[in-house]
Amino acid sequence: MARIWKLLKSAPPTALFGLIVIVAYILIAIFGPILTPYGESEIVGTQFIPRGEQGFILGTDNLGRDMLTRLIYGARNTIGIAFVTTCLAFLIGGVLGLMATTLGGWVDQLLGRLVDVLMAIPILIFALLILTITGTSVPVLILVIAVLDSTRVFRLARAVSMNIVVLDFVEAARLRGEGTSWIITREILPNALPPLVAEFGLRFCFVFLFISALSFLGLGIQPPTADWGSMVRDNATLITYGEITPLMPAAAIALLTVGVNFVVDWFLHKTSGIRDDK
Amino acid sequence: MAKILKMVAQRLALGLLTLFAVSLIIFLGVELLPGDFAQEILGQSATPETVAAFRRELGLDLPWYTRYFDWLGGIFHGDFGKSFASDREVSELIGGRLLNTLFLAAVAAVISVPIAVALGVLAALYRNTLFDRTINVFTLTSISFPDFFVAYILILFLSVSWNIFPSISNVSSDLGFWEHVYRVILPALTLTLVIIAHMMRMTRASIINLLASPYIEMAMLKGISRSRIVTHHALPNALAPIINVIVINLAFLVVGVVVVEVVFVYPGLGQLLVDSVAKRDMPVVQASCLIFAATYILLNLTADVLSKLTNPRLLHPK
Amino acid sequence: MTNNGGNSGEVLLEMRGLRIEGQSEDQWNEIVHGVDVTLRRGEVIGLIGESGAGKSTIGIASMGFARPGCRITGGSIVFDGMDLRVASDEQLRKLRGSRIAYVAQSAAAAFNPAHKLIDQYSETPVQHRVKSRAEAEKDAMELYRRLRLPDPENIGFRYPHQVSGGQLQRAMTAMAMACRPDLIVFDEPTTALDVTTQIEVLAAIKDVVEEFDTAAIYITHDLAVVAQMADRIMVLRYGDLVEEGNARDMLANPKEDYTRQLLAVRSYKKEEAPPDESPVPLLEVRNVTASYGGRVTVLEDVSVKVGRGRTVAVVGESGSGKSTLARVITGLLPPSEGAVLFDGEELPASYKRRSRDQLRHAQMIYQMPDTALNPRQKIRDIIGRPLSFYLGLKGAAREKRVRELLAMIEMDPDEFIDRLPGELSGGQKQRICIARALAAEPELIICDEVTSALDQLVAEEILKLLQRLQDELGVTYLFITHDIATVKAISDEIVVMLQGRVVDHGPKHDILTPPHDPYTDLLLSSVPEMDPDWLDDLLADRAARKARGEKVFESADQ
Repeated sequence: MARIWKLLKSAPPTALFGLIVIVAYILIAIFGPILTPYGESEIVGTQFIPRGEQGFILGTDNLGRDMLTRLIYGARNTIGIAFVTTCLAFLIGGVLGLMATTLGGWVDQLLGRLVDVLMAIPILIFALLILTITGTSVPVLILVIAVLDSTRVFRLARAVSMNIVVLDFVEAARLRGEGTSWIITREILPNALPPLVAEFGLRFCFVFLFISALSFLGLGIQPPTADWGSMVRDNATLITYGEITPLMPAAAIALLTVGVNFVVDWFLHKTSGIRDDK
Repeated sequence: MAKILKMVAQRLALGLLTLFAVSLIIFLGVELLPGDFAQEILGQSATPETVAAFRRELGLDLPWYTRYFDWLGGIFHGDFGKSFASDREVSELIGGRLLNTLFLAAVAAVISVPIAVALGVLAALYRNTLFDRTINVFTLTSISFPDFFVAYILILFLSVSWNIFPSISNVSSDLGFWEHVYRVILPALTLTLVIIAHMMRMTRASIINLLASPYIEMAMLKGISRSRIVTHHALPNALAPIINVIVINLAFLVVGVVVVEVVFVYPGLGQLLVDSVAKRDMPVVQASCLIFAATYILLNLTADVLSKLTNPRLLHPK
Repeated sequence: MTNNGGNSGEVLLEMRGLRIEGQSEDQWNEIVHGVDVTLRRGEVIGLIGESGAGKSTIGIASMGFARPGCRITGGSIVFDGMDLRVASDEQLRKLRGSRIAYVAQSAAAAFNPAHKLIDQYSETPVQHRVKSRAEAEKDAMELYRRLRLPDPENIGFRYPHQVSGGQLQRAMTAMAMACRPDLIVFDEPTTALDVTTQIEVLAAIKDVVEEFDTAAIYITHDLAVVAQMADRIMVLRYGDLVEEGNARDMLANPKEDYTRQLLAVRSYKKEEAPPDESPVPLLEVRNVTASYGGRVTVLEDVSVKVGRGRTVAVVGESGSGKSTLARVITGLLPPSEGAVLFDGEELPASYKRRSRDQLRHAQMIYQMPDTALNPRQKIRDIIGRPLSFYLGLKGAAREKRVRELLAMIEMDPDEFIDRLPGELSGGQKQRICIARALAAEPELIICDEVTSALDQLVAEEILKLLQRLQDELGVTYLFITHDIATVKAISDEIVVMLQGRVVDHGPKHDILTPPHDPYTDLLLSSVPEMDPDWLDDLLADRAARKARGEKVFESADQ
């Protein structure tokens, strides 16, 4: 506890800001239903009631649903889906990446080539292509984005573990006769963890923005589920009247990514001291 | 010299191979994943006979490899097939829109590349100063913003509040060059803001890395002036990483147009792609995806070759 | 150098009470605690010390320069009447390169890869407006010739990566000379070189510094090297001056204990182990040929026998294939021809197909203790793993054995058992590596350059420890090393390798006593000795033999 306190005291203001933002979002996502005055897709008034009128703090949306309620529910859905997707991407990419370096040889070659080809297609284009065919349901969305994003995780996991696998202590473990699972879990993984944790933050941001963009295009999370990207899309017409309400969900997205990025930036400085940016 | 030519040829061959693999993925994706297009397009009420007739008309009853090579062969002649939704030639739909997209990307690149590289180099040279820290916070913030957020903020201020630029970029081929530029300025600015941060951070990182080299210290101990160290010792070696950063971001830019085109209702390839995905118009989706992927691969290939070409070890073999 | 400088000339550089701080983890700690340095015109001063002594930091401070992460916080630096601590950046810039020049440790890294050697040579005189470009080029060729670089007219038109390490180091010395500075700072210029190459560079530096009567600060960790170069020596430790004096006087009659230890560092010799009487050697490498990726052959028809309880040293310079030999023996690189026999039995070529017991019998200790220990495992787990893996020890029995092993390597179990490697010094880490190898209860330990990354005094402690363990446990050693001093200290038998072949082998006494094989002779004679006249005598001797028409084996660099 004292250590955590000391660590926090040494954190720059940007990182503290980021941490506060992240904690706040998590709390809102967890306690969303308690905080909201209405149901997720409950129609409570006429459409586009302006901010502050008739007791609607943020007004109502294009179908007459309470904006504030949907904004809070959106935290759950958007963050939750992005988080699950990132975890899945790390599971797939991380495991394959570590396997590729430890086993080497044709396994490494095969996975490497496959990832090269998959990465040659821009991720948004690839996702659009596949979602055209499969349609957009939440499980499909998670699976498709996780698989596509896992190629990036694979690259990093492979690069990081490549640097570790050539170190003498790994060679010593091999020469001792240790099996692959020992080498991965005991020798490589503990040392690969800091960059992978940082990358998790960055990948989460990417996936989060990516899903929001898809939803904004109408190809991501589908109505009536509340989601920040589609909320911007649904209410975009208001902007031409100088109304900033539709920007609230977009700002909500931006704020969380900024927070995560600040924390990751601090973490990278702490763990490596030199690794600047990408 | 022979070594370089060999290297370039190798990379080109690899790029072609990748492109081939990508075309196969784009084509096979449609084949292997579930869903019947004829049924989808004609709707649930269509009788099995009409569906079968429609499949025959589209050639969907032929084996996949026949259709793949037909498709690929057609592409070499500029023939991408017919749209499911509008019954028009895909190449006709795409042609003008591709030019519009490239125009938008080019305008954004012309604005963003010089600014990003200059700021990146400056941030690296004045590392850990207030300037550098401000830029760091600014870029971290800006890469965290969704594209459409940036776009709408620009619209809110530059279009709605001050009415300087149009919020809808409707262009047509009969517009003059400057009028065209004027109308795409908001989407171009959006793209600029989105990629400038990435490009700048990458430039800064590669220059910092380079400035830590022993030969830079050596130049300082030789009493070489600061400006000459930058121009004569850092830049020749920074060329490869900077070129790499620029081209990678251009590739990024070409894909980034999709969302921005939708926001500004700009008649480009990205908007066409999104519309066609919604309509599940496969031939158009396939063609657009292939074009986007090819541009992306080509740019990455260029980055690869250029950064190899500026490496003195390759230019002057032992 | 000789006595051209002495104590008579005019003072060129005077540093008084120099204090320098270094940054680690956001904290500034003083690393140089008020050192005085006085240098006269034409004088060569040697700064010597182990790592952390601050010698390089002090040397570079004489140019008014502190590396990133360092700052000069106290004292004065006066060069030829100018106080460099208050001088403007522009004044300092004009001084550097033209009046004070610098020669870095790694020429390969300190030359800009994008420019030709002669462009980098000419840059200094042209930028300082001392010479025109044409004059500078002509002068460069002169100096290249003077420094005995091959093909002096054309070598300058090559890029750094096209020139070998020793030649590059001489080209850098030429570059430092370009403006005929009053002072040159040599920062470990030969540390990264092979011994036979080091001679050429030392001779070239010595010659050119004497020729132009340049003052020099020569920084090194090797007392024998500094003995050849310096008029005066300053011994440094932990940022403090230990002893200062005339080179010859100090070598003959050191006053401080620390200096005496440094001087004695190469005098340790073990007693020869009794010869192995059994008919079958413990390890036999039989006619091994090996290559990487089937292309470049790195070992050709190599045979080595290692008797029980003996220490065999495999010695060679970079590219000799000695480390590859270790990889073949451990099974990391299966040979294309030949076999490795352990106790008369042929081992499977790849370690993957060796049994657990076969693996246990041959353990390895690495050059870099930093990378040989997993930084995320505690000492208990590092030493305990072989115990449970090979011997099935668990719980209290394992804990007890780990403590025994720690005591055996002279480390307090209570203090160290819960630590992580990052909390240990280099020497301590290497001890843990030894304990880990011993935990497997092996018959053979392969020591791959185990002392190269350590300071000399620490290295000697490690050698003594290894010897004591051999005396107590009867373990057999195969020593892979480039360092002749280590070979002399610890071996019973010597195998000399050159370009993938064994060129000489036999008991230590036979190899070290003349007549030698020509390459062994070159190798042995190239090792610097504490005698200040050693380099001059050696060069004179080699020249005389050449003049008599005898064949003298030359270093690969020439």
